[in-house]
Amino acid sequence: MLGTLPEPFAGWFAGRGWAPRPFQLDVLAAAQARESVLLIAPTGGGKTLAGFLPSLVALHAAPREGLHTLYVSPLKALATDIARNLARPVQEMALPVSIETRTGDTPANRRQRQRQQPPNFLLTTPESLTLLLSLADAPTLFGGLTAVVIDEVHALAGSKRGDQLALGLARLASLAPRARRIGLSATVPHRRALLAYISPDGSGGARLIEAPDGAPPALSMMLPEGHLPWSGHMGLAGAPAILERIRQAGLTIVFVNTRAQAELMFQALWKLNDTTLPIALHHGSLELSLRRRVEAAMAAGSLRAVVATSSLDLGIDWGGVDQVIQVGAPKGVSRLLQRVGRANHRMDEPSRAILVPANRFEVLECEAAMLGVAARELDGDPPRPGGLDVLAQHLLCMACSAPFHPDAMYAEVSRASPYAGLTRQDFDAVLRFVEDGGYALAGYERYRKLFRDSEGRMHVRGERIARQARLNIGTIVEAPMLKVRLVGKRGRGGVLGEVEEYFANLLSPGDTFMFAGRLLRFHRLHETVIECSEGGAGDPMVPAYAGARLPLTTNLADRVRALLSAPGSWDAFPEAVQEWLRVQKARSRLPGRADLLVETFPRGDRHFLVAYCFEGRNAHQTLGLLLTRRMERFGYAPLGFVATDYVLATWSAHPPHDIFRLFEQDMLGDDLEAWLAESSMLRRTFRNVAVVAGLIERNHPGAEKTRRQVTVNSDLIYDVLRRHQPDHILLRATRADAAGGLTDLGRLAAMLARVKGRIRHMALSRVSPLAVPVLLEIGRESVRSAGSEDALLAEAEELVAEACAENDPYVPRVLRPNLVRQRRQADLFG
Amino acid sequence: MTPAPLHFAGERLLLDPAGALVWPAAQLLAVADLHLEKGTAYAARGELLPPWDTRTTLERLAGLLRRWRPRVAVALGDSFHDDRGAGRLAPGEASRLAAMTASAHFIWVLGNHDPSPPEGVAGEPVLEYRLGGITFRHIGKAGVAGEICGHHHPKAMVPARGCAVSRPCFVADSQRVMLPAFGAYAGGLDVRHPAIAALFPRGGRVFLLGRERLFSFSLGQTRAGAA
Repeated sequence: MLGTLPEPFAGWFAGRGWAPRPFQLDVLAAAQARESVLLIAPTGGGKTLAGFLPSLVALHAAPREGLHTLYVSPLKALATDIARNLARPVQEMALPVSIETRTGDTPANRRQRQRQQPPNFLLTTPESLTLLLSLADAPTLFGGLTAVVIDEVHALAGSKRGDQLALGLARLASLAPRARRIGLSATVPHRRALLAYISPDGSGGARLIEAPDGAPPALSMMLPEGHLPWSGHMGLAGAPAILERIRQAGLTIVFVNTRAQAELMFQALWKLNDTTLPIALHHGSLELSLRRRVEAAMAAGSLRAVVATSSLDLGIDWGGVDQVIQVGAPKGVSRLLQRVGRANHRMDEPSRAILVPANRFEVLECEAAMLGVAARELDGDPPRPGGLDVLAQHLLCMACSAPFHPDAMYAEVSRASPYAGLTRQDFDAVLRFVEDGGYALAGYERYRKLFRDSEGRMHVRGERIARQARLNIGTIVEAPMLKVRLVGKRGRGGVLGEVEEYFANLLSPGDTFMFAGRLLRFHRLHETVIECSEGGAGDPMVPAYAGARLPLTTNLADRVRALLSAPGSWDAFPEAVQEWLRVQKARSRLPGRADLLVETFPRGDRHFLVAYCFEGRNAHQTLGLLLTRRMERFGYAPLGFVATDYVLATWSAHPPHDIFRLFEQDMLGDDLEAWLAESSMLRRTFRNVAVVAGLIERNHPGAEKTRRQVTVNSDLIYDVLRRHQPDHILLRATRADAAGGLTDLGRLAAMLARVKGRIRHMALSRVSPLAVPVLLEIGRESVRSAGSEDALLAEAEELVAEACAENDPYVPRVLRPNLVRQRRQADLFG
Repeated sequence: MTPAPLHFAGERLLLDPAGALVWPAAQLLAVADLHLEKGTAYAARGELLPPWDTRTTLERLAGLLRRWRPRVAVALGDSFHDDRGAGRLAPGEASRLAAMTASAHFIWVLGNHDPSPPEGVAGEPVLEYRLGGITFRHIGKAGVAGEICGHHHPKAMVPARGCAVSRPCFVADSQRVMLPAFGAYAGGLDVRHPAIAALFPRGGRVFLLGRERLFSFSLGQTRAGAA
């Protein structure tokens, strides 16, 4: 269905030497037929323009006042950037279209004006959309809406922000039933789910339009010179070769996996950078102004390289990036493709990317990822049901806008695809939670947030509740962060960014740490600010951030297993890797595609157990906690464990023998229950759920400064709630979240079911070649023991007593968790 | 539950792992910062916290009274989260509390959260309470000896095997014992905070609450030292 472009658009395209792409015309035709569209196209193909073109054409034909098109993107910066990019065609064709952005940064007077005189195009984020929908004048503002453009749908759908947006879109569909939608997405594995997400009634009835794939990316692997490391994830040994590649290209993005790795790689490159090539650093904890400066320098072409984390994965089209270097394991095919796509934003030329594995296992993973890219086998989790905590937040916000009837609201919410399967019972439970907490036998009749009128409609109880609800909008809950501020001789300097509170707790005055690409000396913690100065000597610490590491995807794990079990495919590997695998095969066996290899062997006075599960670090952490709990019960006296993306290793005082019983599925029964009661990960999950659902406030007017005093401790609430109402809706939401995320219980359960009866136990007399990498992780990674916190305290107390002479001031030697120590890295790679 | 003995101001005291201080010779039991009805105080502001905090706190207190059978029970202030807290007690909770105040003589030290005597609750409201050489006060005063206080909700973090365990704790030196908060919703303040550290200028010991017993460290050990 190829349409043609009307003037002046055809002329404008021609004037720039462009021809409209077929998919842009398809989208235009669909929009003119008032159909909703999911457009799947690679980056840089004119996707965004395709989204706006129908609206531009319509407004040119029939100019009008008021809001016409709403654009929602996951990034504030993207909204701003798109506004700038759209200004050009609008200006050059003199189109009667007004464009404005609306984000958390928009000043109050402009917000006010936008409500009275809305622009034709409003560019916003999911959070700001919910806020607009919570206002009493939302029906007026959105009543005339004609189109909704949703950018980067693939990045939103399936997350809590995506749930929030889906609910907002459902509300928009009620306010403006005739508005069509256009979803813009990168290539995804679960198309049907995205189609359902985009279609206004959740049925999947939107039209799918696909742009042809661009030229396949040109990927290659680059190994560090000399010895191939057994272990470690930083890939610093690759720095000389990476710098050489940077020298040979125009602009390079060096992607790494964590913020700590970014800091270390940046330092490593600058140590070698004799010709002072302009190389910058970009990650999500740096102060916004610093990040903007780097982005501006990229756009201006004054940089040669940027070391970046996922902070540059999405969004703005940088144009002039010549190559992408991925240091460390890619973790997933989709993620790798997204990153590779940042290079060379022209569809007809291949993007160039180089993979630099940091260790032997990562060589396997890089090879598997390249095969996955070649096969276009994308990964990603299938859609999960929408979060009940997000629904609670949404219901309160909608009551803030206008009273609603539960029946109508249930019907509306069910049209959002993440909530299509929501039962009326669960809906009512969530609504009751919002109303009065939903506590059994102890109703807060006096304190309810919502009340029902005689017609059964729900009203918000007072302006104060509404104000708090609006302040609490959002689904991202961050760990408590502290600002890092430079303090010079002449007083206060600028803020460099933020680190997590736990890191600040580990610093003593005079300590050196690495942040924002600098070596800093810690002075003191002043309220919520870490004061420090430039310089500092000795062994620096690097802050790490919770949840920063993505686990290996199921799909990629499967490919790694397939590679391992097929010696015929090993030719692609460097000789050191081939030799490593051959010796493994001779001394033990190779992990199969469908079985679970478990090795046990003594070493020193300990007995090790190594399970090659390949289910990702989060699932392995959970497995480690559950497995050591069982080992305790079986009398093996476990001492600790370490989990990587590929394997889990435990060590114990006695040899574990009944391996088959150890891995039985009933692990997920009583052991899991007992663990859930005290798991810190579950507590963290509950905290997030409680904040999103509005049980605990995060933004109390004027409370920021005394944050510590006003915040109620969610752990205490968790304990009380678990004890008195274990089936409370928020505890159920917490359990649902635990299936993925930090605990990844879903994946663990699937594995235990899959390997039932297929456990291959190798009782060895010594460590196997494949087990060496994980053993080297011990002591470097944070090693959590199975023991309860009380057991840990008793041990710490004993240790101190043992080491302390009477009355002798003694400072215990402390293992610092989650910290990467540069010196140790160097030792291991050396 | 194994209490830890503590020699203080010439007396033999016991620290109970549930977070209470016992003075056997005086048949006295002391707890700090019950913060009863904190849940309803938050609910009134629109934060509908689970309502069982008062019940949980009173059940724990009842357990202590059964175990130690004290003649005198001292609540070291902030017993109610706010001045009107006593008026919000649910009937069941009010009668539970009445049974307790009938079984022991309750001394209600007034705190900053509850500066007026609790209404309709039996017992003796006081600004501070002295017995022998020991003074029971809500907020500790620097430079005074023989003081037992609450208010700051001390908690401590101890590094253990590469992670850190954080628990409410007693803090003690030769001059003063500071009690952890007893209330189910009472959070904690790290003992390294200047407000607490200033009361223990020459260091001291912390006793972290455990399920069965206390864990003792010196104040200095709660810091993560240089590795």
